[in-house]
Amino acid sequence: MKAIDPHIHMSSRTTDDYLKLAISGIHTVIEPAFWAGFDRSSAASFRDYFHLISVTEPARAARFGVKHYCWIGLNSKEAEDLKLSEEVLALLPEFLDRPTALGIGEVGLNKNSRNEIRVLEQHLDLAVKRNELLLIHTPHLEDKLKGTRIIMDMILAKPALDPGRVLIDHAEEHTIREIKENGFWFGLTLYPNSKGSPERAIDAVELYGTERLCINSSADWSVSDPLSILKCANEMRRRGYPETDINRVFYENPKTFLSQCPKFQAA
Amino acid sequence: MTPPYQKMNASEILELYFIENRARLLDIASFLDRIDRYEGAEEARDDFRYRALRQALELVQKPGPGRTAAIQLCFSDPTSEPIASALGLKAFGAFEGGTP
Repeated sequence: MKAIDPHIHMSSRTTDDYLKLAISGIHTVIEPAFWAGFDRSSAASFRDYFHLISVTEPARAARFGVKHYCWIGLNSKEAEDLKLSEEVLALLPEFLDRPTALGIGEVGLNKNSRNEIRVLEQHLDLAVKRNELLLIHTPHLEDKLKGTRIIMDMILAKPALDPGRVLIDHAEEHTIREIKENGFWFGLTLYPNSKGSPERAIDAVELYGTERLCINSSADWSVSDPLSILKCANEMRRRGYPETDINRVFYENPKTFLSQCPKFQAA
Repeated sequence: MTPPYQKMNASEILELYFIENRARLLDIASFLDRIDRYEGAEEARDDFRYRALRQALELVQKPGPGRTAAIQLCFSDPTSEPIASALGLKAFGAFEGGTP
């Protein structure tokens, strides 16, 4: 089967993983800018990172026939420092202009603090100004419900932002309904220990339908699996779903959402 | 659903998933036994995460759909006001103060 992983941190993975993706049918990946596992000490460090995900990774991926795109933004975990945030935000337009950058992301909230909200507000204003797609990171664990609601209120307060051009990621059973009812796309993340399993993801497909849904691995430097979307597709298959439904969830849906950015071409 | 694909019935779902969920349940029981066996068990059992887990286990036994969402809510921060600062904070998996 052919699949798109709409959220995977390939700069944290080995080159062998590109080969695994390529021979398994995942020929298009999108890498959001995120927290690298440590707090960066300066805006220059972010500049190098944005170059890595917008230039170096696409070149590494191309050697295996994989198309690599990225999202550019300041992750919420490093948004508490407002001075650093201002400096990083000033870098964004230059990298959003890169041919592989599809929009602003992953930006959102981490612990739902006032500074995180202030920095997210600036990202949203930039998205309006440039008419960018948005990939939203929602908080982990006990902070997810509250953070998701704050984020949706902030976006809906800006009429220039179309919820159909916003994907709210890391949704779970207690947030999916509200996200869908507000007209947003939603993402389900498959993480072996701390997020959703293939079984729960397909339960969500059964409960909420296939519309405006993208499923991703979010594979990074932590316990994660770059082939998890295929294992999830197989979970759908073993429950008896036809290949057309599986293709819709794992290929057509991400293609539809991402194709709203004219730079995107699925392999 | 288009033939030849057939939607499974509940008995087939039970057949397909019983063994792996039996194992998951034993993992949880073993985790609770492990806490009881180790020094400081009383303190651990008083931790907000332990209490939230016990509350979630009660929700598992409730009849009808919606158990998963109910457990997610049981672990969640129910407040709506932003916090003053995130400096030094991390997520624990349960809301401190969420269980009596």
